[in-house]
Amino acid sequence: MSEAAALQLCTFSVAGHQLGIAVAKVQEILRAQPLTRVPLAPRSVSGLMNLRGQIAVVLDLRRRLELPERDADAPVFHVVLGSEGGVVSLLVDAVGDVIEVSEQSFEPPPETLRGAARALLRGAYKLERGLVLALDTQKAIGVRAGA
Amino acid sequence: MIELDEIVRDFLTEAKEGLDQLDRDLVALEARPADRELLAQIFRAVHTIKGTCGFLDFRKLERLTHAGENLLARLRDGELALTAELTSGLLAMVDAIRAMLVAIEATGSDGDADFAPLVAELARLLEGRPRAAAPALASSAPAPAAEPAAARNESIRVSVALIDRLMNQVGELVLARNEILQCARSDTDPARAATTQRLNLITSELQEGVMQMRMQPIDAVLSKFPRLVRDVAKDLGKRVRLEMDGRHTELDKTLIEAIRDPLTHLLRNAIDHGIERPAERSARGKPEEGRIGLRARHESGRVIIEVSDDGGGIQVAQIRARAIAQGLLPAADAELLSERQLLELVFLPGLSTAETVTKVSGRGVGMDVVKTNVEKLCGEIEIQSQPGRGTTVRIRIPLTLAIVPALVVAAGGLRFAIPQANLVEVVRAAGDRSHARVEDLGGAPVFRLRGQLLPLVQLSRVLESEPEREPRERPLDMVVLECDGRRFGLGVDAVIDSQEIVVKPLGAQLKGIAAYSGATILGDGQVALILDVPGLAQQARALSEQRPRGDAGSAAPAQEVRRDRQPLLLVRQPDDSRLLIPLDSVARLERLRESAVEQVGASGAVQHRGRILPLVRIGELLPERRALPRRPAADADPQDGALSVVVVESDGLRVGLVIGEILDVVEQSLELELAPTRAGVRGSLIVAGRITELLDLAWVLEQSRVPPQPGLAA
Repeated sequence: MSEAAALQLCTFSVAGHQLGIAVAKVQEILRAQPLTRVPLAPRSVSGLMNLRGQIAVVLDLRRRLELPERDADAPVFHVVLGSEGGVVSLLVDAVGDVIEVSEQSFEPPPETLRGAARALLRGAYKLERGLVLALDTQKAIGVRAGA
Repeated sequence: MIELDEIVRDFLTEAKEGLDQLDRDLVALEARPADRELLAQIFRAVHTIKGTCGFLDFRKLERLTHAGENLLARLRDGELALTAELTSGLLAMVDAIRAMLVAIEATGSDGDADFAPLVAELARLLEGRPRAAAPALASSAPAPAAEPAAARNESIRVSVALIDRLMNQVGELVLARNEILQCARSDTDPARAATTQRLNLITSELQEGVMQMRMQPIDAVLSKFPRLVRDVAKDLGKRVRLEMDGRHTELDKTLIEAIRDPLTHLLRNAIDHGIERPAERSARGKPEEGRIGLRARHESGRVIIEVSDDGGGIQVAQIRARAIAQGLLPAADAELLSERQLLELVFLPGLSTAETVTKVSGRGVGMDVVKTNVEKLCGEIEIQSQPGRGTTVRIRIPLTLAIVPALVVAAGGLRFAIPQANLVEVVRAAGDRSHARVEDLGGAPVFRLRGQLLPLVQLSRVLESEPEREPRERPLDMVVLECDGRRFGLGVDAVIDSQEIVVKPLGAQLKGIAAYSGATILGDGQVALILDVPGLAQQARALSEQRPRGDAGSAAPAQEVRRDRQPLLLVRQPDDSRLLIPLDSVARLERLRESAVEQVGASGAVQHRGRILPLVRIGELLPERRALPRRPAADADPQDGALSVVVVESDGLRVGLVIGEILDVVEQSLELELAPTRAGVRGSLIVAGRITELLDLAWVLEQSRVPPQPGLAA
């Protein structure tokens, strides 16, 4: 991992898991927004939203990680990332603090994680209060609709 | 000031810039007469003006610049030394050119002023003769002081980046305007309503202005092609004449650049694959020199560019063989493809029909790249070819990509934008009448619009955003769309509004969905998807092989190809054989109860719309074919006991043909591949890989002429 020794992570929770993304990659955090559903889109695409004139693709991180669906009326937050392919927002359950982690606490993804979730993680940071899973943002937003 | 051609205006702008430079250069040359580079630069500047004015038919200007050019050539070649007298002569020429440019700008012609004395003076200087008792040079050219204001430069160069930025901002402004218009609908304050209206108007005008700024004549690309064609033809030992048309057709600057490569490819292809060698051409009775047409025109908000050649055409059988040999297509599938679908195989990556790989083309990259590039521009490409007579490739692209007029429709609880460019018309549901027009064609709904049968698809069903629902349960609005020259109907829940939308690209996650070309933000701030009509059609497999008849305007070979093709109804007969019926003669498709058939004559008749409709069972009417085994005919549908009847009409005669089911509507050239083998058929065609007979309708109608039946008419 090429990150500097101390790294700031923006943390959030998805289906009981704590996840983190480097603060530098996060453009902004928003509460629930009106979405436009996209028929024929991959399942993890929740829809499109209007982000001040820009159109962002919204991905549901629960579906992306193949975790259980959230309740229909559960609150959601958008973690908005700027990417080369356009603005992408990740739908999460709740947003936590920005924490500082060190490379020493970094380790490979826990063995207990399998399948999609494991493939989309870079690894985990061990903290006193538990593990923060480091999301590989490139892979997480790398959804492709079948041509 | 009169209206000038775009090309003349460009010439004036460039020439004026050139002249200012020329003035400075000539004076500098006087100081440094040995500066070859400077001299070469001056020569080029005069040469350019001469060349263009020759092309634009400004004869006087051409004569003058020609004299000056001769003089400069001698100077450049070191045969004459620059004297003050020579410099004065050349400067006088510059002044005279300037005066003529002013005249051109004001009147469109190079003026009445006679510069013969100046031309003579330049000729005298050329020969180095001493001056006769010559009139003063100045008297022939108007004094530079008299230069009218119009001579001042009226155009400026602006960076494309700046225009692009403006364009983006105008895009955002249009969105904001749309939102305000939405709010204003419920506004009761008349003053504010008026301001909103003004804002609306100004925004529209501003948008139009910025768009105009980005428009360029397509000539910017086309002008390079004569040279390209000449060089490629020479390389390949072919003789080719390039005919260009519509060079002034304007389109967005980004598009101009983007079509350069596809067009270059198509031209190379036409020369390499299309046009035959001179000997081969004369053997086929064609002129040795091949013709390639490159034509651009505006048509309903789009630009159409055609590249046509009068070469050997594309051998469909060869394409099929190649595609199978190269493993691009399973042999079994290839058998089922229509001629048109086979032609479209040339767009498959890796397929090349050139016998040998040449320097120019034949490496199997080409048409697929062209197609991809055109589609990136929201364009469409189609190919038509007739063996021995030539090939035409037609590209349709929008004028601009940034802001497009669109129709907003609702389906399955969502709103979608459909670009107007693909829109033919909107058919509003009018109670039960629209239902009546929706008919069943072999299980697939079609509807009849002014005599034309169009396939119908439900948008919500295509997008799977709504569970299956019977299409005829409730009235629906219909949008008639066209792509690749074929039409189909799209059923939507409601047609909402037409508006200008700003096209935004879809994120990488959604790029692969062919049904959408982008997204936009509607007046209420919500996002709506923009439907990609060709992609949608593909998704829906809605396109049968039919096209609108009588498409006007296209040029030579294409038109001939088109004229020969005719839409035909492909039906399965009760005995399981197939038959083609010319679609022009088909008046209606009916399902009739067998119990309604009254026994008159051989096959019976029914009362249909107040008239007697004789029924014809073709299998019984036609003389038996020996070779083909026949299944016993079961006319009526086993499920509901109804007869499928195609009502045909010709010369005032009407009969109902009892058929098994309608399979498809195909478009075929009526060049019969097999001669008729029996009475009642005009011959056979190969349709979807099967030999299919074409019904001789006149004969059938003649045979079925029912003698008057007083009993039934009563």
